[in-house]
Amino acid sequence: MHHSHTISVLVENEFGVLARVSGLFSGRGFNIDSLTVAPTNEEGLSRVTIVTRGDDNILEQITKQLNKLVDVIKVIDFSDGSAIEREMALIKVTAEDESRAEVLRIVDIFRAKIIDVTPKSYTIEATGAPIKIDAIMELLRPLGLKELVRTGAVAIGRGAKGWKG
Amino acid sequence: MKMNGARILLESLKREGVDLVFGYPGGTVINIYDELMNVREIRHILPRHEQGGTHAADGYARATGKVGVAIATSGPGATNTVTGIATAYMDSIPMVIISGQVPTPLIGNDAFQEVDMIGITRPITKHSFLVRNPKDIPTIVRKAFYIARSGRPGPVLIDFPKDVQIAQAEFKWPESVDIRGYKPNLGGHPRQVEKAISMMLAARRPVMYVGGGVILANAADELTALARRLQFPVTTTLMGLGSFPENDPLALKMLGMHGAYAANMAMTHSDLIVAVGARFDDRVTGKIATFAPHAKIIHIDVDPTSIRKNVRVDLPIVGDTKDVLAKMLAELDKQAPGIKALLKNLAAWHEDISGWKEKHPISYKQSTSVIKPQYVIQKLRELSNDDAIMATDVGQHQMWAAQFFEFHHARTLLTSGGLGTMGFGLPAAMGAQAAFPKRQVICVCGDGGVQMNIQELATMVQNRLPVKIVILNNNFLGMVRQWQELFFDKRYSQTCMELPIDFVKLAEAYGAKGLRTEKPAEVEQVIKEALAHNGPVVMEFKIAREEKVLPMVPAGASLNEMVLNA
Repeated sequence: MHHSHTISVLVENEFGVLARVSGLFSGRGFNIDSLTVAPTNEEGLSRVTIVTRGDDNILEQITKQLNKLVDVIKVIDFSDGSAIEREMALIKVTAEDESRAEVLRIVDIFRAKIIDVTPKSYTIEATGAPIKIDAIMELLRPLGLKELVRTGAVAIGRGAKGWKG
Repeated sequence: MKMNGARILLESLKREGVDLVFGYPGGTVINIYDELMNVREIRHILPRHEQGGTHAADGYARATGKVGVAIATSGPGATNTVTGIATAYMDSIPMVIISGQVPTPLIGNDAFQEVDMIGITRPITKHSFLVRNPKDIPTIVRKAFYIARSGRPGPVLIDFPKDVQIAQAEFKWPESVDIRGYKPNLGGHPRQVEKAISMMLAARRPVMYVGGGVILANAADELTALARRLQFPVTTTLMGLGSFPENDPLALKMLGMHGAYAANMAMTHSDLIVAVGARFDDRVTGKIATFAPHAKIIHIDVDPTSIRKNVRVDLPIVGDTKDVLAKMLAELDKQAPGIKALLKNLAAWHEDISGWKEKHPISYKQSTSVIKPQYVIQKLRELSNDDAIMATDVGQHQMWAAQFFEFHHARTLLTSGGLGTMGFGLPAAMGAQAAFPKRQVICVCGDGGVQMNIQELATMVQNRLPVKIVILNNNFLGMVRQWQELFFDKRYSQTCMELPIDFVKLAEAYGAKGLRTEKPAEVEQVIKEALAHNGPVVMEFKIAREEKVLPMVPAGASLNEMVLNA
């Protein structure tokens, strides 16, 4: 069965490392729904978060193939519920006359923020689990969604332990 | 002591024990070549094409087990190594390729002879390094060799900008190497080994299915000992040929698309497959859905990604095959009382296998009027030394060599199994001969592939590398022609090499000896004359033009659906 899966990959912050990771996915026909990368608190280490899809065999191969890369220090495969996921979206939405109030109500319900205003539009910053971003997007779409930028999900394990255990 | 980056590279290669490199000079490696004149310990062979140099380094690595080294200049020199790198990658051959690169400030500017070599080779190298600072060179070289030879071996690229070759730094060789993201799992888990032996002792219809991993890990002795103690029949992949002596009664010979009937039947009827250093490639399994339907599978491999990639596995053991097989032998000592019962249980299975071997042995129909390629291969075996090394190209002749040249020792067959690279054989043989000047090195080619790196004849003659080259000439791209005959209604689209080449004259033009025959009665004499000659020889055998490689499992069919005579 195909399902969505979030994988965190700790990598050496080396020349070309992102290309190695993303090239692995494209070369072997694995899906990438989203991918984010940024340095961590540890010097020389970056963390890549990948949301992917596939059946159990494919996910096993993805994890193994990632581990095989020399620049990969650790692969954390977040099985359902073991991680907290967050994503940010910047959304530019038409807001004129009667719809201005409706947009504000939606922003309020989702605890999002207006970060730019014009007489004809709002730009919204929304943060939350990816399904929450999907939900606000669907509510805003009929009002006139002009532009959407999503960061892709980042994830961290639940509980007191850090990734080193 | 301070020295320039080029010299630091060569000093580092010396520390890694490199005594032979294959390389081609050019603008961005000229500094390395200049320093090479000061370094007597490293012998350099100049091929006539960088692809030839890369395959030669590969052949050297396959024959010796050491890391092969190739050098090429930036741009076209580097891209000419790409097929060689991919060939080595697919067969897990340890190599280090050093490519020149334009000076660091010019990278990305589309400079003359600039190419993003790290980018181009990313999916076909085990790892790659861009050298940015001359002081890093020793560590990079040490890591590159360590990565290339350890775990599942493979090619590693070092991209080396010209300005870094000129820049000065202190040469300091690192005492050890530690890469936090690279810790190959070499030791097989003892509990898994114990379980495996229990399963093996309980088997009724076992097969050992052995691949190139056993040769790469130098584990042929352990494998042979284990198979003989348990009396398990052994089939090998193309890459595994030589890991188990094919003249042993337990040998089933090669399996798969052009494998032996007995080997494919044994796999299909087996109740326990012990896969050792093999990866269940599509040319081996045939149709996956019907592959080995009754068998439990034990899979031993150093690369965890090989396990459960293509087939379900009941008991995985991740580890170096030599380590795992040695542990299995030790475990067998503990469970020794089980062997007697096992041997009794296997009697019926050995009878089945003998029956299959007798029913359809690997065979061909001899002719007195036209040379059969299989006959040439058999004569080569008969007339060459036991430890002769054979390199092949890719195509029909490769399969005939695999089927009819009985391999007795590991590292005596050099062939491009994974990538299937035409043009590999001749330069690979050259690399092996450079490593072992005294051993017989035979290269078997077709008339198609031999022309893809024929220029290396010059390198052989110049360096006195007395490779014996056999061309099985059918004036066809024979394997594709065979597919066209069987599956495309004999529509021979672009497979006939219409211009006959005079290979004898060609050999002579390069300063090699050339021999030719089209008569079966002269085959033996030609081979004898060639083997006795103290230099490279091209033997051209004009063979039966439409001879096919049989048996054959058509692509996508089940292993037991073999075409035996067509």
